[in-house]
Amino acid sequence: MKKEAAGIKTQKTKNLILGKDPFDLLFYMVTAVAALAVLAITIGIFFILVRESYPAIKKFGVFGFIFAKDWDPYREIFGAATNLFGTAVTTCLSLVIAIPVAIGIAIFVTEIAPDFLKGPIGGAIELLAAIPSIIYGLWGFFTLAPIMANHVEPLLMDTLGKLPLIGPLFQGTPMGIDMLTASVILSIMIIPFTASIARDSFNLTPELVKESAYAVGATRWEVVKNVVIPYSRLGIFGGVALSLGRALGETMAVAFVLGNNHQITTSLFDAAATITVTLANEFTEASSKMYTASLFYLALLLFVLSFIILAVAKFFLVRYQKKYPGEQ
Amino acid sequence: MNLDMQIKGLNFYYGGRHMALQNINLDIYKNTVTALIGPSGCGKTTLLRCFNRMHDLYPGNKYEGEIIFQNRNILSKETDLIDLRSRIGMVFQKPTPFPMTIFDNVAYGLRLRGIRKKSVLSEKVELALKQSAIWDEVKDKLHQSAYALSGGQQQRLVIARALAVEPEALLFDEPTSALDPISTAKIEELIDGLKENVTIIIVTHNLQQAARISEWTGFLMLGELVEFDRTEKIFTVPKEKLTEDYVTGRFG
Repeated sequence: MKKEAAGIKTQKTKNLILGKDPFDLLFYMVTAVAALAVLAITIGIFFILVRESYPAIKKFGVFGFIFAKDWDPYREIFGAATNLFGTAVTTCLSLVIAIPVAIGIAIFVTEIAPDFLKGPIGGAIELLAAIPSIIYGLWGFFTLAPIMANHVEPLLMDTLGKLPLIGPLFQGTPMGIDMLTASVILSIMIIPFTASIARDSFNLTPELVKESAYAVGATRWEVVKNVVIPYSRLGIFGGVALSLGRALGETMAVAFVLGNNHQITTSLFDAAATITVTLANEFTEASSKMYTASLFYLALLLFVLSFIILAVAKFFLVRYQKKYPGEQ
Repeated sequence: MNLDMQIKGLNFYYGGRHMALQNINLDIYKNTVTALIGPSGCGKTTLLRCFNRMHDLYPGNKYEGEIIFQNRNILSKETDLIDLRSRIGMVFQKPTPFPMTIFDNVAYGLRLRGIRKKSVLSEKVELALKQSAIWDEVKDKLHQSAYALSGGQQQRLVIARALAVEPEALLFDEPTSALDPISTAKIEELIDGLKENVTIIIVTHNLQQAARISEWTGFLMLGELVEFDRTEKIFTVPKEKLTEDYVTGRFG
């Protein structure tokens, strides 16, 4: 008895000295190294971006770079305004197109579709998210752009183009290689994201609350409008913000149909450039040091922008989960 | 005594196959409280949810037999469910306020029926809140979120929401199971007062509650109605051995 007790005691002391049992320690080290590597890489990327763009930061400053419209490799004068403009327009427009469609899909899948349709539709949405973006780009260039140029854009020009205020957005030459086509492609790519996050938020609405709305005589539409959507507001917002992050960073699909032209125009039928497309197209031909530094500077801007958006999205999602913690 | 609802030979199947209720025959009298008791899974909530056709929200469920309410069989295909549910309201196990203000919660059913006039809404909301004995507690914060209220207050708010559309009957599905004893006492008192205007059917796990507040009690087991009688008879001189074993706590 006494011996055993003593044995246990030494075992315990040994553990205290080592801190952990050897396998536990190994396990701890492996997971910690993996997790810390992520942090180190992120910080490393940020550091390299700052270092490489430093000549451009020094020459143009922050606002001098962001608001300058020139992008002139010959005179080595660079400004981010055209790229930021292209990025902002395509991103916003794609969200405008994608959000209503995605929410419609989510409502149909959670509240309306009969059970035998829910699976196939959910699968199709996930498949849409799995298609590599280069394929979207090819499809956009060979299929969507001609359709836009020959049918959709002339139609928009004859209808919306005639209206006051928004008319100028739909004028010019319908070439199909422009901001509108790029936004449509982008919207198709982010719909699966928004739709699946919206679907998950809708599913968090407590069944009992929905039933109570039915019990006072609400129709399906009234239940969705007054109960399901208000319940999921923050979740949908978070989903939209995540999609926004994806739309911001998307490159290949957009590169095919955007035309890469550094200009700021009023018409959506004009070619433009986004940050990502400029980076992809121009890195190989960046001849001077200042050119390369300016491209790195663009990348740094995108990095910071994405970080801010992700932080905002996380903030809202966390708040959402705190507000309705695990209700049914 | 006036008959309000007559259930004749009711069978109910979940998902088209599983038989959850078998040959239920039951009369509900106007302006009384009828309690449905029985062990878990006996079908009492299933039966309650037949009265406002809640089962129709999920595919594959099937009714047989008749439930006669105001000379019509509410189980028939022609029944307008929206109309039925405004005549027969329902209150659930947990408080279920909607994500809107206290006022909007109570006005919800009225607005669904197309009532838009501010003065009419205010009047009916106030009346409903008074009937459910919560007016004094919320009259100064009608335009605050309903989530700010306590659980017991939320449950009375939900009762007010059901009352606002002036239903003829109210279904309660274990309305106090999530509440503390004081809130429970308030709800019971409230139910007792409400029967002047509406017919009440309540499912409860709490036998004392059934004995306290109901005039009629039905005891269900395994999807069948074992016994239905005046509450005092069920609890003192039941006809069936099963009922006696249950109400005396020999199983449950």
